[in-house]
Amino acid sequence: MNPTYGAIAVALVAVATVAVGAFGLRISRTTSDFYVASRSVGPVLNASAIGGEYLSAASYLGAAGLILAFGADMLWYPVGWTAGYLVLLVLVAAPLRRCGAYTIPDFAEIRLESTQARQFATILVILIGWLYLLPQFQGAGLTLRTVTGAPLWVGEVGVALVVLVNVLSGGMRSITFVQAFQYWLKLTALLVPVAFLLLAWRGDGAPIPTGEWTLPLDGATDHELYRTYSLILATFLGTMGLPHVLVRFYTNPDGRAARRTTLLVLALLGMFYILPAIYGVLGRVYASDLIAEGRTDAVVLELPARILGGTAGDLLGALLAAGAFAAFMSTSSGLAVSVAGVLSQDVLGGRLAGVAGFRVATVVAVTVPLLLALAAQQLPVANSVALAFAVAASTLCPLLVLGIWWPRLTDAGAIAGMVAGGITSGIAVMVTIVDSDRAGWVGALLSQPAAWTVPLGFVVMIGVSLATPHRMAPGVIRTMVRLHTPEQLDLDRGTWHPERST
Amino acid sequence: MSHEPAKRVEVTSPRTTTGRPRRVVVTEEIDAQTALGEIYLRSLMRSQLRLAVGTLGLLAVTLGGLPLLFAMAPETRRWELLGVPFPWVALGLLVYPALILAGWWYVWQAERTEARFAELAGE
Repeated sequence: MNPTYGAIAVALVAVATVAVGAFGLRISRTTSDFYVASRSVGPVLNASAIGGEYLSAASYLGAAGLILAFGADMLWYPVGWTAGYLVLLVLVAAPLRRCGAYTIPDFAEIRLESTQARQFATILVILIGWLYLLPQFQGAGLTLRTVTGAPLWVGEVGVALVVLVNVLSGGMRSITFVQAFQYWLKLTALLVPVAFLLLAWRGDGAPIPTGEWTLPLDGATDHELYRTYSLILATFLGTMGLPHVLVRFYTNPDGRAARRTTLLVLALLGMFYILPAIYGVLGRVYASDLIAEGRTDAVVLELPARILGGTAGDLLGALLAAGAFAAFMSTSSGLAVSVAGVLSQDVLGGRLAGVAGFRVATVVAVTVPLLLALAAQQLPVANSVALAFAVAASTLCPLLVLGIWWPRLTDAGAIAGMVAGGITSGIAVMVTIVDSDRAGWVGALLSQPAAWTVPLGFVVMIGVSLATPHRMAPGVIRTMVRLHTPEQLDLDRGTWHPERST
Repeated sequence: MSHEPAKRVEVTSPRTTTGRPRRVVVTEEIDAQTALGEIYLRSLMRSQLRLAVGTLGLLAVTLGGLPLLFAMAPETRRWELLGVPFPWVALGLLVYPALILAGWWYVWQAERTEARFAELAGE
């Protein structure tokens, strides 16, 4: 691959991102922006913005890499990342918008009327955010190495710096338009090359991969059925618990619009996620040597040079690299803002107020996962993201689902469930990140923990709530009115407001 | 089969002297958190939850059933649709329109439930 085109493309995306971030300085970053935006942002723009923020390095590079390496079983990753929005749509979208919560800790406080429950939710949001940022930085390192030959740390530090500058100078969060643009950039950057690649592939006589690789449950890893179902549970249920997803629902004017926007997101993601499988299959034909080298995450970036070659290959490769960087930037910025917001409000709060607090929090929010990325071994990007989903599905998913649909959930139950699901899935994740090569049942249970940690989180939450009925929130009926009744009805919904909370 | 004699029914005139019962205003009942208001709220929540669980159940049986199908009947993994293996057609392509369709159906039903509730409460 020609390093010049690639470097120029990556630099252009970085500069454009910072420039837009700087422009955002003039737009204040308060929750009122979302109120303002909610009146002017249509559902298509809003859905594009959600898609832009959601499609990360794992979607853009990781899914194709895993499909190249392991075949049909890995199709469940993109399927799960899309189906997660259907689960979110039917269980939480409208009630969460009606709740008016700006973050998951806000929701815990409104629903459970407990600052302690809020604090536990805060810790989880921060941990999940970091766990999700880690593979974004690693993916950036990998992309830059593939494109220019630079060492891994250059891309990791580079993207962290751009995100830092971007968020500090005004943040991308409030600029719905930019995130929306990122979705269409990512879709175009994958879609245009695929047309050329498929033409060239047909010219070659349309060779297709054969053998066990094309079959699901082909015996390539142990306990495949367990791993598949665990992955399904993690991705289907984990999506709603990701820190950067919830906040975008706030830009919808009401619960009904939140549902319609989520439906559009489902359509946008469905369009996108057909593409990684095509790259994976073409990769199997033209780039299977990447498997032995352990560089399968680079397959999307390398295919144009391998199939087309010449200037066309270089230009399309550069386009793909630009799209990949857009993926790191938008997801990392969204996550950094979410984590920093929670950090500054709930951890630093009181000590450092306002903008200064937010800036300190941003530096912490970006530095910790960067250090982890530099220290940790390189797991495949999509695997590492799946671990973040597993923790979210075991902790924040039960909190949201039971909190919305089960009035008897108590603060003690919620905390116990978050601790049980969090500690078990957290330990599994740490063991997997430190040492991913365990075989047998232990390895399967640790590297795909969701199938046992998600039920554990739910069971503990329900059990402890039933044992502590006296701790039911006194205003729970009022909160249920707030969560479930259509806005046009003139009802007393309580007084909670995100900007008045501390 | 024997017939019991028909029971005698007492016929009285309506009590016109006392005031008519107060008209129920659902929103007021909900705001005051009366037993009746709570019944209205719970019936709304229950129908929405039933819809959600139904949609997710359908998802679990169809999409969630695929790995089990592949495990129980391994030959299904080799089925082909237009020359492409069935698992790839199902998981790589058809699943997406199916998810969108399920979402669209859910939104339609959920909005209908809410409209009915609003009609009931908006009187």
